[in-house]
Amino acid sequence: MSTDPSVPPAALAGEVRLPEKLADVEPVRSVRTPIRLEYDFIPGDASSGYLNAFADRKILGQRSPVDGAVFVPPRGVDPRHGAATPDYVELPDTGHVGGFCVTRLPIPGRDDLEIPYVSAWIHLDGADIGFLGLVGGIDTSEVRMGMRVRAVWKPDDQLGRTAENILYWEPSGEPDVPVTAAGTNAWHAKQVAKEQG
Amino acid sequence: MAERTAVLGVGQTKYQTTRGDVSLPGLVREAAYRALEDAELGWDDIDAVVVGKAPDFFEGVMQPELYLAEALGAVGKPLLRVHTAGSVGGSTAVVAASLVQAGIHRRVLTLGFEKQSESNATWALSLPQPFSVSINAGAGGYFSPIIRQYMARTDAPELIGCMVAFKDRQHALRNPYAHLQQKELTFDQVVESPMLWEPIRFSETCPSSDGACALVLGDEAAGDVSTKPVAWIHGTALRSEANNFPGRDEVNPQASRDCADDVFAQAGIVDRRAEIDAVEIYVPFSWYEPMWLESLGFCEIGDGWKLVEEGATHLDGGDLPVNCSGGVLSSNPIGASGMIRFAEAALQVRGMAGDHQVDGARKALGHAYGGGAQYYAMWIVGADKPTS
Repeated sequence: MSTDPSVPPAALAGEVRLPEKLADVEPVRSVRTPIRLEYDFIPGDASSGYLNAFADRKILGQRSPVDGAVFVPPRGVDPRHGAATPDYVELPDTGHVGGFCVTRLPIPGRDDLEIPYVSAWIHLDGADIGFLGLVGGIDTSEVRMGMRVRAVWKPDDQLGRTAENILYWEPSGEPDVPVTAAGTNAWHAKQVAKEQG
Repeated sequence: MAERTAVLGVGQTKYQTTRGDVSLPGLVREAAYRALEDAELGWDDIDAVVVGKAPDFFEGVMQPELYLAEALGAVGKPLLRVHTAGSVGGSTAVVAASLVQAGIHRRVLTLGFEKQSESNATWALSLPQPFSVSINAGAGGYFSPIIRQYMARTDAPELIGCMVAFKDRQHALRNPYAHLQQKELTFDQVVESPMLWEPIRFSETCPSSDGACALVLGDEAAGDVSTKPVAWIHGTALRSEANNFPGRDEVNPQASRDCADDVFAQAGIVDRRAEIDAVEIYVPFSWYEPMWLESLGFCEIGDGWKLVEEGATHLDGGDLPVNCSGGVLSSNPIGASGMIRFAEAALQVRGMAGDHQVDGARKALGHAYGGGAQYYAMWIVGADKPTS
Protein backbone atom coordinates (compact mmCIF):
# COMPACT_ATOMS: atom_id res chain seq x y z
CA MET A 1 0.00 0.00 0.00
CA SER A 2 1.25 3.47 -0.81
CA THR A 3 2.25 5.28 2.35
CA ASP A 4 1.33 8.59 0.77
CA PRO A 5 -2.44 9.05 0.75
CA SER A 6 -2.17 12.14 -1.42
CA VAL A 7 -0.93 10.04 -4.34
CA PRO A 8 -3.98 8.63 -6.11
CA PRO A 9 -4.01 5.02 -7.29
CA ALA A 10 -2.32 4.82 -10.71
CA ALA A 11 -5.61 3.87 -12.35
CA LEU A 12 -7.18 7.12 -11.14
CA ALA A 13 -4.19 9.37 -11.74
CA GLY A 14 -5.29 10.48 -15.21
CA GLU A 15 -6.94 13.86 -15.65
CA VAL A 16 -10.74 13.81 -15.87
CA ARG A 17 -11.86 15.76 -18.94
CA LEU A 18 -15.37 17.11 -19.13
CA PRO A 19 -17.20 17.15 -22.45
CA GLU A 20 -16.81 20.52 -24.18
CA LYS A 21 -20.46 21.47 -23.76
CA LEU A 22 -20.08 21.30 -19.95
CA ALA A 23 -16.98 23.49 -19.86
CA ASP A 24 -18.76 26.64 -18.64
CA VAL A 25 -21.27 24.94 -16.32
CA GLU A 26 -20.99 25.64 -12.61
CA PRO A 27 -19.67 22.52 -10.86
CA VAL A 28 -22.08 20.87 -8.41
CA ARG A 29 -20.40 19.42 -5.31
CA SER A 30 -23.49 18.24 -3.49
CA VAL A 31 -27.25 18.53 -3.44
CA ARG A 32 -29.36 18.52 -0.28
CA THR A 33 -32.57 16.58 -0.74
CA PRO A 34 -34.70 16.49 2.42
CA ILE A 35 -36.86 13.38 2.54
CA ARG A 36 -39.88 12.46 4.66
CA LEU A 37 -41.83 9.33 5.27
CA GLU A 38 -45.34 9.07 6.67
CA TYR A 39 -46.43 5.79 8.16
CA ASP A 40 -49.04 4.18 10.37
CA PHE A 41 -47.60 2.79 13.59
CA ILE A 42 -48.93 -0.65 14.47
CA PRO A 43 -47.29 -1.52 17.76
CA GLY A 44 -48.24 -5.21 18.05
CA ASP A 45 -49.74 -6.99 21.07
CA ALA A 46 -47.13 -6.40 23.75
CA SER A 47 -46.53 -2.72 23.00
CA SER A 48 -50.28 -2.06 22.54
CA GLY A 49 -50.99 -3.34 26.04
CA TYR A 50 -48.12 -1.29 27.42
CA LEU A 51 -49.05 1.96 25.65
CA ASN A 52 -52.81 1.67 26.31
CA ALA A 53 -52.18 1.18 30.04
CA PHE A 54 -50.28 4.47 30.20
CA ALA A 55 -53.57 6.31 29.61
CA ASP A 56 -54.63 4.98 33.05
CA ARG A 57 -51.28 5.86 34.68
CA LYS A 58 -50.33 2.21 34.72
CA ILE A 59 -46.98 0.67 33.77
CA LEU A 60 -47.22 -2.87 32.42
CA GLY A 61 -44.43 -5.39 32.05
CA GLN A 62 -44.42 -9.02 31.00
CA ARG A 63 -43.19 -12.04 32.93
CA SER A 64 -40.92 -14.73 31.49
CA PRO A 65 -42.52 -18.17 31.75
CA VAL A 66 -39.01 -19.64 32.10
CA ASP A 67 -37.73 -18.01 35.29
CA GLY A 68 -40.21 -15.25 36.18
CA ALA A 69 -38.00 -12.35 35.04
CA VAL A 70 -40.09 -9.24 34.38
CA PHE A 71 -39.49 -7.14 31.25
CA VAL A 72 -40.53 -3.51 30.85
CA PRO A 73 -41.27 -2.30 28.24
CA PRO A 74 -42.72 -5.69 27.25
CA ARG A 75 -41.77 -7.03 23.83
CA GLY A 76 -43.76 -10.26 23.87
CA VAL A 77 -40.65 -12.38 24.18
CA ASP A 78 -37.86 -13.27 26.58
CA PRO A 79 -34.77 -12.71 24.38
CA ARG A 80 -32.64 -15.10 26.46
CA HIS A 81 -34.84 -18.10 25.78
CA GLY A 82 -36.91 -17.15 22.76
CA ALA A 83 -39.95 -17.81 24.93
CA ALA A 84 -43.26 -15.97 24.40
CA THR A 85 -44.30 -13.80 27.40
CA PRO A 86 -48.11 -13.57 27.26
CA ASP A 87 -48.63 -12.62 30.93
CA TYR A 88 -48.75 -8.94 31.88
CA VAL A 89 -47.62 -7.67 35.27
CA GLU A 90 -48.59 -4.25 36.64
CA LEU A 91 -45.59 -2.43 38.07
CA PRO A 92 -45.40 0.45 40.55
CA ASP A 93 -44.12 3.85 39.41
CA THR A 94 -41.18 3.64 41.81
CA GLY A 95 -37.69 2.24 41.33
CA HIS A 96 -34.05 3.23 41.25
CA VAL A 97 -31.47 4.71 38.90
CA GLY A 98 -29.09 2.23 37.25
CA GLY A 99 -26.55 3.51 34.73
CA PHE A 100 -27.02 7.15 33.73
CA CYS A 101 -25.56 9.88 31.53
CA VAL A 102 -25.29 13.62 32.09
CA THR A 103 -25.77 14.97 28.58
CA ARG A 104 -24.49 18.42 27.71
CA LEU A 105 -25.50 18.71 24.08
CA PRO A 106 -28.89 19.09 22.43
CA ILE A 107 -30.59 16.14 20.77
CA PRO A 108 -32.70 16.23 17.64
CA GLY A 109 -36.41 16.69 18.25
CA ARG A 110 -36.10 17.59 21.96
CA ASP A 111 -35.57 21.35 21.94
CA ASP A 112 -37.59 21.45 25.17
CA LEU A 113 -34.83 19.77 27.18
CA GLU A 114 -32.72 22.05 29.33
CA ILE A 115 -29.03 21.24 29.14
CA PRO A 116 -27.49 19.51 31.00
CA TYR A 117 -30.02 16.78 31.53
CA VAL A 118 -29.77 13.27 32.97
CA SER A 119 -30.96 10.24 31.02
CA ALA A 120 -30.99 7.08 33.11
CA TRP A 121 -31.86 3.43 33.06
CA ILE A 122 -34.78 3.32 35.49
CA HIS A 123 -35.14 -0.06 37.20
CA LEU A 124 -38.71 -0.29 38.45
CA ASP A 125 -39.46 -2.18 41.63
CA GLY A 126 -40.39 -5.67 40.49
CA ALA A 127 -38.82 -5.35 37.01
CA ASP A 128 -35.64 -7.14 35.95
CA ILE A 129 -34.42 -4.86 33.16
CA GLY A 130 -34.15 -1.06 33.03
CA PHE A 131 -35.89 1.36 30.69
CA LEU A 132 -34.81 4.88 29.75
CA GLY A 133 -36.14 7.92 31.52
CA LEU A 134 -35.23 11.49 32.42
CA VAL A 135 -34.17 12.30 35.97
CA GLY A 136 -35.35 15.66 37.30
CA GLY A 137 -35.98 17.54 40.51
CA ILE A 138 -32.33 17.25 41.52
CA ASP A 139 -29.02 18.88 40.59
CA THR A 140 -27.36 16.79 37.88
CA SER A 141 -24.19 16.48 39.97
CA GLU A 142 -26.13 14.73 42.75
CA VAL A 143 -27.57 11.89 40.67
CA ARG A 144 -26.05 8.50 41.55
CA MET A 145 -26.43 4.81 40.71
CA GLY A 146 -28.86 3.24 43.17
CA MET A 147 -30.75 6.49 43.89
CA ARG A 148 -34.45 5.76 44.62
CA VAL A 149 -36.92 7.57 42.34
CA ARG A 150 -40.65 7.91 41.63
CA ALA A 151 -42.47 9.02 38.49
CA VAL A 152 -43.73 12.56 37.94
CA TRP A 153 -46.76 12.26 35.65
CA LYS A 154 -48.41 14.72 33.31
CA PRO A 155 -51.72 16.16 34.57
CA ASP A 156 -54.74 13.88 33.98
CA ASP A 157 -56.12 15.98 31.14
CA GLN A 158 -52.85 15.58 29.18
CA LEU A 159 -52.52 11.82 29.48
CA GLY A 160 -52.27 9.83 26.24
CA ARG A 161 -51.42 6.30 25.24
CA THR A 162 -47.73 7.02 25.48
CA ALA A 163 -44.73 6.53 27.72
CA GLU A 164 -44.29 10.31 27.44
CA ASN A 165 -46.96 10.57 30.16
CA ILE A 166 -44.08 10.31 32.60
CA LEU A 167 -42.38 13.71 32.51
CA TYR A 168 -39.37 12.61 34.55
CA TRP A 169 -38.26 10.65 37.60
CA GLU A 170 -37.58 12.50 40.85
CA PRO A 171 -35.74 11.38 43.98
CA SER A 172 -38.13 9.77 46.48
CA GLY A 173 -35.86 10.49 49.43
CA GLU A 174 -35.61 6.81 50.41
CA PRO A 175 -32.15 5.34 51.17
CA ASP A 176 -30.13 4.37 48.05
CA VAL A 177 -29.99 0.80 46.78
CA PRO A 178 -26.36 -0.37 47.26
CA VAL A 179 -24.44 -0.09 43.96
CA THR A 180 -23.73 -3.84 44.08
CA ALA A 181 -27.50 -4.45 43.84
CA ALA A 182 -28.36 -1.55 41.52
CA GLY A 183 -29.01 -1.47 37.78
CA THR A 184 -27.72 -4.49 35.90
CA ASN A 185 -26.27 -5.82 39.19
CA ALA A 186 -29.81 -6.19 40.57
CA TRP A 187 -30.54 -9.49 38.82
CA HIS A 188 -27.41 -11.17 40.20
CA ALA A 189 -28.05 -9.78 43.68
CA LYS A 190 -31.57 -11.26 43.47
CA GLN A 191 -30.24 -14.70 42.46
CA VAL A 192 -27.76 -14.68 45.35
CA ALA A 193 -30.53 -13.66 47.78
CA LYS A 194 -32.71 -16.52 46.47
CA GLU A 195 -29.94 -19.08 46.94
CA GLN A 196 -29.42 -17.89 50.50
CA GLY A 197 -33.16 -18.28 51.13
CA MET B 1 -9.77 -28.49 6.88
CA ALA B 2 -10.39 -24.91 5.92
CA GLU B 3 -8.40 -23.46 3.04
CA ARG B 4 -5.54 -21.31 4.34
CA THR B 5 -6.36 -17.68 3.57
CA ALA B 6 -4.19 -14.59 3.30
CA VAL B 7 -4.59 -10.83 3.08
CA LEU B 8 -2.92 -10.01 -0.24
CA GLY B 9 -3.63 -6.30 -0.40
CA VAL B 10 -4.84 -3.36 1.67
CA GLY B 11 -6.31 -0.11 0.36
CA GLN B 12 -7.44 2.95 2.30
CA THR B 13 -8.53 6.46 1.49
CA LYS B 14 -7.26 9.41 3.48
CA TYR B 15 -9.81 9.79 6.28
CA GLN B 16 -11.16 13.33 6.58
CA THR B 17 -14.29 15.27 7.51
CA THR B 18 -15.45 15.75 3.94
CA ARG B 19 -14.39 14.06 0.73
CA GLY B 20 -16.31 16.57 -1.34
CA ASP B 21 -14.33 15.75 -4.47
CA VAL B 22 -15.77 12.25 -4.83
CA SER B 23 -19.17 10.59 -4.84
CA LEU B 24 -19.82 7.33 -2.96
CA PRO B 25 -18.78 5.29 -6.04
CA GLY B 26 -15.63 7.41 -6.40
CA LEU B 27 -14.76 6.89 -2.74
CA VAL B 28 -15.09 3.11 -2.77
CA ARG B 29 -13.36 2.81 -6.15
CA GLU B 30 -10.31 4.64 -4.77
CA ALA B 31 -9.93 2.21 -1.85
CA ALA B 32 -10.55 -0.79 -4.10
CA TYR B 33 -7.90 0.33 -6.63
CA ARG B 34 -5.38 0.84 -3.84
CA ALA B 35 -6.03 -2.68 -2.50
CA LEU B 36 -5.73 -4.19 -5.99
CA GLU B 37 -2.50 -2.28 -6.65
CA ASP B 38 -1.08 -3.45 -3.34
CA ALA B 39 -2.05 -7.04 -4.19
CA GLU B 40 -0.66 -6.58 -7.74
CA LEU B 41 -3.95 -7.88 -9.14
CA GLY B 42 -6.63 -6.60 -11.48
CA TRP B 43 -10.43 -6.61 -11.47
CA ASP B 44 -10.51 -9.85 -13.49
CA ASP B 45 -8.69 -11.69 -10.72
CA ILE B 46 -11.52 -11.06 -8.25
CA ASP B 47 -14.18 -13.77 -7.93
CA ALA B 48 -16.61 -12.08 -5.52
CA VAL B 49 -17.16 -8.84 -3.60
CA VAL B 50 -18.33 -8.47 0.02
CA VAL B 51 -19.43 -5.02 1.20
CA GLY B 52 -20.24 -3.59 4.62
CA LYS B 53 -21.42 -0.22 5.86
CA ALA B 54 -23.45 1.27 8.71
CA PRO B 55 -27.27 1.28 8.38
CA ASP B 56 -28.63 2.77 5.15
CA PHE B 57 -30.30 5.76 6.81
CA PHE B 58 -26.90 7.32 7.48
CA GLU B 59 -26.49 8.53 3.88
CA GLY B 60 -30.09 7.78 2.95
CA VAL B 61 -29.10 5.50 0.07
CA MET B 62 -31.02 2.25 0.32
CA GLN B 63 -29.06 -0.90 -0.50
CA PRO B 64 -26.07 1.09 -1.75
CA GLU B 65 -24.23 -2.14 -2.59
CA LEU B 66 -26.45 -2.45 -5.66
CA TYR B 67 -25.77 1.09 -6.79
CA LEU B 68 -22.04 0.57 -6.14
CA ALA B 69 -21.77 -2.77 -7.99
CA GLU B 70 -20.14 -1.20 -11.05
CA ALA B 71 -17.73 0.92 -9.03
CA LEU B 72 -16.66 -2.26 -7.21
CA GLY B 73 -16.22 -4.32 -10.36
CA ALA B 74 -18.94 -6.64 -9.11
CA VAL B 75 -21.23 -6.75 -12.12
CA GLY B 76 -21.72 -10.41 -13.03
CA LYS B 77 -20.01 -11.58 -9.85
CA PRO B 78 -21.41 -12.61 -6.47
CA LEU B 79 -21.94 -9.45 -4.37
CA LEU B 80 -22.79 -9.79 -0.70
CA ARG B 81 -23.75 -7.13 1.86
CA VAL B 82 -23.17 -7.55 5.60
CA HIS B 83 -25.13 -5.71 8.32
CA THR B 84 -23.84 -5.64 11.91
CA ALA B 85 -23.96 -1.93 12.88
CA GLY B 86 -20.59 -0.47 13.95
CA SER B 87 -18.83 -3.85 13.92
CA VAL B 88 -19.75 -4.28 10.26
CA GLY B 89 -16.29 -3.64 8.82
CA GLY B 90 -14.93 -6.52 10.87
CA SER B 91 -17.87 -8.85 10.22
CA THR B 92 -17.59 -8.10 6.50
CA ALA B 93 -13.94 -9.16 6.43
CA VAL B 94 -14.82 -12.34 8.34
CA VAL B 95 -17.58 -13.19 5.85
CA ALA B 96 -15.22 -12.52 2.93
CA ALA B 97 -12.55 -14.72 4.53
CA SER B 98 -15.08 -17.52 5.01
CA LEU B 99 -15.75 -17.59 1.24
CA VAL B 100 -12.06 -18.33 0.64
CA GLN B 101 -11.65 -20.64 3.65
CA ALA B 102 -14.63 -22.68 2.44
CA GLY B 103 -13.02 -23.10 -0.99
CA ILE B 104 -15.88 -21.29 -2.74
CA HIS B 105 -13.75 -18.47 -4.17
CA ARG B 106 -10.02 -18.04 -4.74
CA ARG B 107 -9.79 -14.24 -4.42
CA VAL B 108 -12.33 -11.93 -2.82
CA LEU B 109 -12.46 -8.14 -2.62
CA THR B 110 -14.01 -6.86 0.59
CA LEU B 111 -14.72 -3.24 1.43
CA GLY B 112 -16.28 -1.03 4.10
CA PHE B 113 -17.17 2.65 3.75
CA GLU B 114 -19.00 5.63 5.17
CA LYS B 115 -19.55 9.17 4.01
CA GLN B 116 -20.45 10.86 7.26
CA SER B 117 -20.35 14.27 5.57
CA GLU B 118 -23.47 13.21 3.68
CA SER B 119 -25.24 11.92 6.77
CA ASN B 120 -26.06 12.78 10.38
CA ALA B 121 -24.85 9.97 12.61
CA THR B 122 -26.22 11.28 15.90
CA TRP B 123 -29.66 11.63 14.33
CA ALA B 124 -29.41 8.25 12.64
CA LEU B 125 -28.52 6.63 15.97
CA SER B 126 -31.31 8.39 17.90
CA LEU B 127 -34.33 7.58 15.76
CA PRO B 128 -37.33 8.30 17.97
CA GLN B 129 -39.67 5.36 18.49
CA PRO B 130 -43.33 6.43 18.38
CA PHE B 131 -44.91 7.01 21.81
CA SER B 132 -41.67 6.33 23.67
CA VAL B 133 -39.39 8.71 25.51
CA SER B 134 -36.80 10.20 23.16
CA ILE B 135 -33.80 11.27 25.23
CA ASN B 136 -30.86 9.22 24.03
CA ALA B 137 -28.28 11.48 22.39
CA GLY B 138 -26.50 9.17 19.97
CA ALA B 139 -23.84 6.60 20.74
CA GLY B 140 -22.24 8.69 23.50
CA GLY B 141 -25.51 8.80 25.40
CA TYR B 142 -25.74 5.04 25.17
CA PHE B 143 -22.18 4.17 26.17
CA SER B 144 -21.69 6.77 28.88
CA PRO B 145 -23.69 4.83 31.56
CA ILE B 146 -21.67 1.71 30.74
CA ILE B 147 -18.39 3.58 31.11
CA ARG B 148 -19.65 4.97 34.41
CA GLN B 149 -20.28 1.39 35.58
CA TYR B 150 -16.75 0.39 34.59
CA MET B 151 -15.31 3.31 36.55
CA ALA B 152 -17.42 2.39 39.58
CA ARG B 153 -16.37 -1.27 39.42
CA THR B 154 -12.66 -0.68 39.10
CA ASP B 155 -12.04 2.59 40.94
CA ALA B 156 -9.84 3.50 37.96
CA PRO B 157 -8.22 6.96 38.16
CA GLU B 158 -10.44 9.57 36.55
CA LEU B 159 -7.98 10.55 33.80
CA ILE B 160 -7.36 7.08 32.31
CA GLY B 161 -9.74 7.90 29.46
CA CYS B 162 -7.82 11.09 28.70
CA MET B 163 -4.55 9.12 28.62
CA VAL B 164 -6.02 6.77 25.99
CA ALA B 165 -7.30 9.68 23.90
CA PHE B 166 -3.96 11.49 24.03
CA LYS B 167 -2.04 8.32 23.19
CA ASP B 168 -4.21 7.53 20.15
CA ARG B 169 -3.91 11.12 18.84
CA GLN B 170 -0.11 10.83 19.17
CA HIS B 171 -0.21 7.54 17.26
CA ALA B 172 -2.32 9.18 14.54
CA LEU B 173 0.51 11.64 13.78
CA ARG B 174 2.48 8.62 12.52
CA ASN B 175 -0.29 7.44 10.20
CA PRO B 176 -0.78 9.67 7.13
CA TYR B 177 -4.23 8.12 6.53
CA ALA B 178 -5.54 9.11 9.99
CA HIS B 179 -8.14 11.86 10.07
CA LEU B 180 -7.12 13.81 13.19
CA GLN B 181 -3.60 15.22 12.92
CA GLN B 182 -3.40 17.30 16.11
CA LYS B 183 0.31 18.09 16.31
CA GLU B 184 -0.11 20.82 18.93
CA LEU B 185 -2.51 18.86 21.16
CA THR B 186 -1.45 18.63 24.82
CA PHE B 187 -2.66 16.24 27.50
CA ASP B 188 -4.05 19.19 29.47
CA GLN B 189 -6.17 20.21 26.48
CA VAL B 190 -7.69 16.73 26.39
CA VAL B 191 -8.49 16.97 30.11
CA GLU B 192 -9.93 20.47 29.77
CA SER B 193 -12.10 19.72 26.74
CA PRO B 194 -15.82 20.03 27.51
CA MET B 195 -17.90 17.17 28.85
CA LEU B 196 -20.44 16.04 26.24
CA TRP B 197 -21.87 12.89 27.77
CA GLU B 198 -20.42 12.99 31.26
CA PRO B 199 -18.07 11.23 32.00
CA ILE B 200 -17.12 11.40 28.28
CA ARG B 201 -15.26 14.53 27.18
CA PHE B 202 -15.26 15.91 23.64
CA SER B 203 -11.61 14.88 23.19
CA GLU B 204 -12.43 11.34 24.31
CA THR B 205 -14.78 10.78 21.37
CA CYS B 206 -14.18 9.79 17.76
CA PRO B 207 -14.44 12.24 14.85
CA SER B 208 -16.92 11.98 11.96
CA SER B 209 -15.03 10.86 8.87
CA ASP B 210 -15.48 10.08 5.21
CA GLY B 211 -13.54 7.08 4.02
CA ALA B 212 -13.31 3.56 2.68
CA CYS B 213 -11.08 0.60 3.39
CA ALA B 214 -10.62 -2.44 1.15
CA LEU B 215 -8.89 -5.80 1.42
CA VAL B 216 -8.03 -8.40 -1.18
CA LEU B 217 -8.12 -11.89 0.31
CA GLY B 218 -6.76 -14.97 -1.42
CA ASP B 219 -6.34 -18.68 -0.95
CA GLU B 220 -3.07 -20.45 -0.08
CA ALA B 221 -1.87 -20.62 -3.69
CA ALA B 222 -2.54 -16.91 -4.15
CA GLY B 223 -0.66 -16.14 -0.93
CA ASP B 224 2.28 -18.30 -1.99
CA VAL B 225 2.81 -16.50 -5.28
CA SER B 226 2.56 -12.99 -3.85
CA THR B 227 5.78 -11.03 -4.33
CA LYS B 228 5.03 -9.00 -1.20
CA PRO B 229 4.60 -10.24 2.37
CA VAL B 230 1.02 -11.36 3.04
CA ALA B 231 -0.89 -11.64 6.31
CA TRP B 232 -2.10 -15.17 7.01
CA ILE B 233 -5.41 -15.52 8.80
CA HIS B 234 -5.00 -17.63 11.96
CA GLY B 235 -8.54 -17.29 13.28
CA THR B 236 -11.84 -15.48 12.75
CA ALA B 237 -14.83 -15.25 15.08
CA LEU B 238 -18.24 -13.56 15.28
CA ARG B 239 -20.66 -13.40 18.23
CA SER B 240 -23.76 -11.40 19.14
CA GLU B 241 -26.20 -11.01 22.01
CA ALA B 242 -29.41 -9.10 22.83
CA ASN B 243 -28.88 -5.57 24.14
CA ASN B 244 -31.12 -5.68 27.21
CA PHE B 245 -31.85 -8.75 29.32
CA PRO B 246 -31.80 -9.46 33.05
CA GLY B 247 -28.29 -9.68 34.42
CA ARG B 248 -26.61 -8.63 31.18
CA ASP B 249 -23.01 -7.64 31.86
CA GLU B 250 -22.90 -4.48 29.77
CA VAL B 251 -19.30 -3.69 30.74
CA ASN B 252 -17.93 -7.10 29.77
CA PRO B 253 -20.58 -8.79 27.62
CA GLN B 254 -20.58 -12.56 27.29
CA ALA B 255 -20.59 -12.29 23.48
CA SER B 256 -17.30 -10.38 23.66
CA ARG B 257 -15.67 -12.93 25.97
CA ASP B 258 -16.92 -15.88 23.91
CA CYS B 259 -15.74 -14.30 20.66
CA ALA B 260 -12.28 -13.68 22.13
CA ASP B 261 -11.98 -17.21 23.53
CA ASP B 262 -12.92 -18.62 20.13
CA VAL B 263 -10.48 -16.57 18.06
CA PHE B 264 -7.52 -17.09 20.41
CA ALA B 265 -8.19 -20.84 20.56
CA GLN B 266 -8.25 -21.04 16.75
CA ALA B 267 -4.90 -19.25 16.63
CA GLY B 268 -3.45 -21.56 19.30
CA ILE B 269 -2.62 -18.61 21.53
CA VAL B 270 -2.28 -19.30 25.24
CA ASP B 271 -0.59 -16.21 26.72
CA ARG B 272 -2.51 -13.46 24.96
CA ARG B 273 -0.44 -10.51 26.13
CA ALA B 274 2.90 -12.22 25.39
CA GLU B 275 2.02 -13.76 22.03
CA ILE B 276 0.19 -10.84 20.37
CA ASP B 277 2.50 -8.10 19.09
CA ALA B 278 0.01 -5.47 17.92
CA VAL B 279 -3.64 -4.85 18.73
CA GLU B 280 -6.22 -2.87 16.78
CA ILE B 281 -9.40 -2.66 18.84
CA TYR B 282 -12.56 -0.66 18.24
CA VAL B 283 -12.38 2.25 20.70
CA PRO B 284 -14.84 5.01 19.73
CA PHE B 285 -14.84 6.36 23.30
CA SER B 286 -11.53 6.35 25.16
CA TRP B 287 -12.56 4.23 28.16
CA TYR B 288 -13.30 1.31 25.86
CA GLU B 289 -9.56 0.60 25.57
CA PRO B 290 -9.16 -0.64 29.16
CA MET B 291 -12.62 -2.22 29.07
CA TRP B 292 -11.85 -4.30 25.96
CA LEU B 293 -8.32 -5.19 27.12
CA GLU B 294 -9.98 -6.92 30.08
CA SER B 295 -12.74 -8.52 28.08
CA LEU B 296 -10.22 -9.78 25.49
CA GLY B 297 -8.20 -11.44 28.24
CA PHE B 298 -5.01 -9.39 27.83
CA CYS B 299 -5.08 -8.85 31.61
CA GLU B 300 -7.11 -9.73 34.68
CA ILE B 301 -10.59 -8.24 35.09
CA GLY B 302 -10.22 -4.82 36.70
CA ASP B 303 -6.62 -4.34 35.53
CA GLY B 304 -7.17 -2.85 32.06
CA TRP B 305 -6.66 0.71 33.25
CA LYS B 306 -3.29 -0.27 34.75
CA LEU B 307 -1.99 -1.21 31.29
CA VAL B 308 -2.97 2.25 30.11
CA GLU B 309 -1.46 3.97 33.12
CA GLU B 310 1.90 2.17 32.82
CA GLY B 311 2.13 2.90 29.08
CA ALA B 312 1.91 -0.75 28.03
CA THR B 313 -0.38 0.17 25.13
CA HIS B 314 1.85 2.91 23.70
CA LEU B 315 3.75 2.29 20.46
CA ASP B 316 6.88 3.71 22.09
CA GLY B 317 8.01 1.30 24.76
CA GLY B 318 4.77 -0.56 25.36
CA ASP B 319 4.77 -4.36 25.28
CA LEU B 320 1.19 -4.47 23.94
CA PRO B 321 0.84 -1.54 21.51
CA VAL B 322 -2.85 -0.74 20.95
CA ASN B 323 -4.21 1.21 17.98
CA CYS B 324 -0.88 2.30 16.52
CA SER B 325 -2.87 3.68 13.57
CA GLY B 326 -4.57 6.19 15.85
CA GLY B 327 -7.63 3.98 16.08
CA VAL B 328 -11.30 4.90 15.82
CA LEU B 329 -10.55 7.87 18.12
CA SER B 330 -8.59 9.41 15.23
CA SER B 331 -10.61 8.24 12.18
CA ASN B 332 -14.22 7.08 12.11
CA PRO B 333 -15.83 6.36 8.75
CA ILE B 334 -18.25 4.08 10.64
CA GLY B 335 -18.85 1.30 8.13
CA ALA B 336 -15.12 1.13 7.38
CA SER B 337 -13.87 1.52 10.97
CA GLY B 338 -14.01 -2.20 11.80
CA MET B 339 -12.28 -3.15 8.56
CA ILE B 340 -9.56 -0.57 9.21
CA ARG B 341 -8.79 -2.41 12.47
CA PHE B 342 -8.52 -5.68 10.53
CA ALA B 343 -6.47 -4.01 7.77
CA GLU B 344 -4.08 -2.37 10.22
CA ALA B 345 -3.51 -5.71 11.97
CA ALA B 346 -2.60 -7.14 8.55
CA LEU B 347 -0.27 -4.23 7.73
CA GLN B 348 1.55 -4.78 11.02
CA VAL B 349 2.36 -8.45 10.39
CA ARG B 350 3.30 -7.68 6.78
CA GLY B 351 5.77 -5.10 8.11
CA MET B 352 4.09 -2.43 5.99
CA ALA B 353 2.69 -0.08 8.64
CA GLY B 354 5.26 2.64 7.95
CA ASP B 355 5.95 5.06 10.79
CA HIS B 356 3.50 3.31 13.09
CA GLN B 357 5.03 -0.14 12.55
CA VAL B 358 5.58 -2.29 15.66
CA ASP B 359 9.09 -3.65 15.22
CA GLY B 360 9.08 -7.32 14.28
CA ALA B 361 5.33 -7.82 14.69
CA ARG B 362 4.47 -11.47 13.90
CA LYS B 363 0.89 -11.77 15.21
CA ALA B 364 -1.81 -9.13 15.51
CA LEU B 365 -5.45 -8.90 16.58
CA GLY B 366 -8.14 -6.96 14.69
CA HIS B 367 -11.35 -6.29 16.64
CA ALA B 368 -14.68 -4.54 16.07
CA TYR B 369 -17.89 -4.15 18.05
CA GLY B 370 -21.24 -2.60 17.28
CA GLY B 371 -24.84 -1.94 18.25
CA GLY B 372 -25.35 -1.70 22.00
CA ALA B 373 -21.98 -3.50 22.45
CA GLN B 374 -23.84 -6.53 21.03
CA TYR B 375 -22.03 -7.53 17.85
CA TYR B 376 -18.42 -8.71 17.81
CA ALA B 377 -15.99 -9.54 15.03
CA MET B 378 -12.35 -10.52 15.51
CA TRP B 379 -9.47 -11.93 13.59
CA ILE B 380 -5.90 -12.86 14.29
CA VAL B 381 -3.38 -12.56 11.47
CA GLY B 382 0.22 -13.71 11.39
CA ALA B 383 3.37 -13.26 9.32
CA ASP B 384 3.68 -17.05 9.10
CA LYS B 385 1.24 -19.60 7.73
CA PRO B 386 -0.89 -21.21 10.39
CA THR B 387 0.38 -24.70 11.17
CA SER B 388 -3.05 -26.27 11.49
